[in-house]
Amino acid sequence: MLIEEIMVRDVHTLQETSTVREALDVMRKHRIRHTPILNDENTLVGIITDRDLKEAIPSTFTPGEHKNIYESTIDAIMTRNPIVGHPMDFVEESALLFYENQIGCLPVVSNQKLIGIVTETDLLYNYIELTGANQPGSQIEVRVPNIPGILFEVSKVFHDHQTNVLSVLVYPDKESTETKILVIRIKTMNPLHIIEGLRASGFEVLWPNVPGIDV
Amino acid sequence: MTKNAVFVYSDDQLNYSFSDEHPFNQKRITLTLDLLRKSNAIQETDIITPRIATDEEILLVHDEKFVDIVQKASKGTLSKSAGEVYGIGTEDTPIFNGMHEASALLVGGTLTAVDEVMEGRARHALNLGGGLHHGFKGRASGFCVYNDSSVAIKYMQEKYHARVLYVDTDAHHGDGVQWAFYDDPSVCTLSIHETGRYLFPGTGKITERGNGPGYGTSFNFPIDAFTEDESFLTIYRAAMTEITEFFKPDVILTQNGADAHFFDPLTHLYGTMNLYREIPRIAKEIANEYCGGRWIGVGGGGYDIWRVVPRAWAHLWIEMSGQTQPTGPLPNDWLNKWQPEAPIPLIPTWEDPDPLYKPIPRKAEIEEKNAHMLAQALHTIRGSNV
Ligand SMILES: [Zn+2]
Repeated sequence: MLIEEIMVRDVHTLQETSTVREALDVMRKHRIRHTPILNDENTLVGIITDRDLKEAIPSTFTPGEHKNIYESTIDAIMTRNPIVGHPMDFVEESALLFYENQIGCLPVVSNQKLIGIVTETDLLYNYIELTGANQPGSQIEVRVPNIPGILFEVSKVFHDHQTNVLSVLVYPDKESTETKILVIRIKTMNPLHIIEGLRASGFEVLWPNVPGIDV
Repeated sequence: MTKNAVFVYSDDQLNYSFSDEHPFNQKRITLTLDLLRKSNAIQETDIITPRIATDEEILLVHDEKFVDIVQKASKGTLSKSAGEVYGIGTEDTPIFNGMHEASALLVGGTLTAVDEVMEGRARHALNLGGGLHHGFKGRASGFCVYNDSSVAIKYMQEKYHARVLYVDTDAHHGDGVQWAFYDDPSVCTLSIHETGRYLFPGTGKITERGNGPGYGTSFNFPIDAFTEDESFLTIYRAAMTEITEFFKPDVILTQNGADAHFFDPLTHLYGTMNLYREIPRIAKEIANEYCGGRWIGVGGGGYDIWRVVPRAWAHLWIEMSGQTQPTGPLPNDWLNKWQPEAPIPLIPTWEDPDPLYKPIPRKAEIEEKNAHMLAQALHTIRGSNV
């Protein structure tokens, strides 16, 4: 999947000449935590987060006059040259960027112009969709030998039962390197025939999987 | 004169039948009613006939396109592929002849129960044919076509201007009803269910609290597999009391799925018959204290139709109608009548055998986790009391 398929296109931006007060207003009004900053040619020059703002504003308990801080421009506190993505980047690779650089959002730039933004929340929702958890279904976990062709053997059972599969994820088995765990979400309230079918084909089905308790 | 309770039933309710192999089997109503009769716990004058819901009533909740698809499927003029996106003709809700009428009758039964209570002819009313809580506005799901509870709630809002508390103790999350009123602050939904980690439908997390103006009127109590009676009932009692005090409903609608029992093939909560004696007792107590007795009960899930559902639902009616809960052996003539047909030995007593299963390892941890979940789920209303 590409970034352009999950990015938000309607981006709230600020200019580098905007004030701290304006930045606060925009973030509160739209309930956002990251705002890209553009220069007068509408090119991305920086990004400002709610944390940058919090750090810049003195605590309400500090005495004195702070008016000048609210009226100062944000180019002093923004992060310059932020990491950016391209609309055709893969979502998986971009997720790695978030993780490795500990960033909370990724402005998406094409032809020098800002065209969208992806946040942690967008990535997380994309993950939820990948797991199929946003659709009514049952989830079963199958422990399978770690050998080629095994996915085919397992899918045969689903095919035989005409079961609609919402998602399949493959995890390493914490207990052994010779097996792995398939997490399969199926669109039915009654997974019993499938469980039976998988067991009949020699697979270990964990349903439900609660360590320390055998059913 | 106001009756204590009425029992909505007609043989036509059994027409909601996908196939002989399908786990959802309304024969459980026949078995329940026969058990009640043979226990002298129901009189023929307690039974009232359900009406069929009109299209207009079904459309209070459901989309026109969906109702149209069900009507076509009902007449056998729908191709399998055309129904699929509406959940019709799937493994869970296959097409059967007359499925529109059968589904509309279950909705009508719940409306009949509503009218009896809201017009003061009965304090409580029971429609075991209802409780199809997975039905979505525009889609069938999880064995449910039309959602009788959702329609009944909308109907109570429009006709009686009532604030409704919906309580769902089925082992599965009451998703259809929750989503139908997710934005509506005048309806409160409360669902206790096995966590959606493995179990259908997968939703019902603590964080599903409602949306927009409806935020804070949707409550979910996902409990762990192997929860057992005690922890289930602790959560149920606390949730019922605190949410009723907070929401101040005019009427309570309870969904009484009986699929949290140890014998139920689809779930893993390891409940016993104690659950089904206690759940209605507390519901009645709360309805009497806060709602002038206005309590409507519907059925729901329940897939061990021989050993679990008849006893569970008999307890429900007996509690509702104000009789003493029975103990000891079941009537012999009931056991003798049904044992030949049952593929498994029936349980001969009102109580479950003791012990019903081997003790669960990690019981203390599961209870602790559930207690933590309860505190989090009630956080929004406990916070506002301080
Ligand atoms: Zn259920």
